[in-house]
Amino acid sequence: MSTETIEKTEVKEEVSQPAEAMLSKRRRKILSDPLNEDNPITVQVLGICSALAITIKMEPTIVMSIAVVFVIVFSNLIISLIRNLVPGRVRIIVQLAVIATLVTLVSEILKAYYFDMYKVLGAFVGLIITNCIVMGRLEAFAMANKPYDSILDGLGSGFGYAWIILVVAFFRELFGSGSILNFKLAEIGLDFQTNGLMVDSIGAFMVLGILIWIQRTKTGYVEH
Amino acid sequence: MQRSNTYIIIFSVVLTIILGGMLSIASVGLKPLQDKQVELDTKKKILGAVTDISTIEDPNELLALYDQRVESIVVDFEGNIVETNAKGEPIVAEKISVQKNYRMKPEDRVYPVYKFKAEDGSIDAYVFPMWGNGLWDWISAYMAIDKDLNTVRGIAFDHKAETPGLGERITTEVIQSRYVGKEIFNDSGELESITMVKGENNTGLSIHEVDGMAGATMTAKGVNAMLDQYLGCYQPYIKKVKSEGNKVALTQ
Repeated sequence: MSTETIEKTEVKEEVSQPAEAMLSKRRRKILSDPLNEDNPITVQVLGICSALAITIKMEPTIVMSIAVVFVIVFSNLIISLIRNLVPGRVRIIVQLAVIATLVTLVSEILKAYYFDMYKVLGAFVGLIITNCIVMGRLEAFAMANKPYDSILDGLGSGFGYAWIILVVAFFRELFGSGSILNFKLAEIGLDFQTNGLMVDSIGAFMVLGILIWIQRTKTGYVEH
Repeated sequence: MQRSNTYIIIFSVVLTIILGGMLSIASVGLKPLQDKQVELDTKKKILGAVTDISTIEDPNELLALYDQRVESIVVDFEGNIVETNAKGEPIVAEKISVQKNYRMKPEDRVYPVYKFKAEDGSIDAYVFPMWGNGLWDWISAYMAIDKDLNTVRGIAFDHKAETPGLGERITTEVIQSRYVGKEIFNDSGELESITMVKGENNTGLSIHEVDGMAGATMTAKGVNAMLDQYLGCYQPYIKKVKSEGNKVALTQ
């Protein structure tokens, strides 16, 4: 009897021991890696389609970023929670169903509360479903990791995506429309000829290319 | 790990029920809010076409202003006022789906007309809703014509999926203000409509032309076709009001 109880407490201790700090070194790495060294857009080259489509102005880009972060974090969390229940043979469909549900929710909420934004982004919000970053993270991370880590991973990837498209949008709006966050620079005397190329998707490719160039020069990342 | 087919089927069914249930609840729960947003959006566009509403922040104030200043009627292709539909039920202009009607033959449609009244109750402007095809999907407009039934007071465009930054610009103030003051009839009283020309920064535009949008020629074509078609459809009503106005003027 007594030995059994001792064994039990020992086991309990073993289980509770690996409770690492909320932001341990490993977890900080999960969070920060996608921001720079393993950025979903510039390094993994995922989610390019939406990075081109919605970065003409900053305002819709911000809303899109929030929507994508929301969808990545929660789909990561949900998939991570049910990862041991999901049958391997239908896992992709399950992931897709979860993502599609979250995206539809975002779209419905936007329509109910931010109708003006819904009209601008309408078609693109639905396209979050096809954003490879979301599904990529589910398949590569959430299926094999605990919920809390998955949330961190989602936040990292989401913000890694967000800051890149915000930078792209900043330059595109600046040179394409001559404004920042819909504030016309001409009003404070900065009147310059805007570049129509920047309003086109080509502008996004160029800004993105320059960003990738700068980043890879700094991190020394080479594609194999 | 390999799981049995039964497990997979049960798992899929349960997942579908849960996710589907969540979506249904969200959809039903948010419907009233969404409907209100759509109604507000419609009334905002009608008012926005005739008057400056940028200072009104409160949605309820906007709706009150609408109730106070806007009177709506429905007309048919001949310009006669219609009050009931084929089944004898009363028609409400705001409830008419211009989008659905667009698919019918012009002769079979009913057309809402919104009369914007001045403070003293006299008619100040007429607002005509329109529908058409842009480059990717539908486009729509509320065109406000002054009480002379010739000069454009203002126009409010909307669209579903025109290219952001290109065709999408039809919803901006910059583009819409170009229509203000233009005329839809020529000197001999024939309908001329208003044409958006190709390219930006054109000079020497006539009273029936507006400057175009660089990179959005296809959207401009859709806009032109829409204005052409719908002004044509509203023409009988416009002519009727004009001749009635003349009669009133003569008898007075």
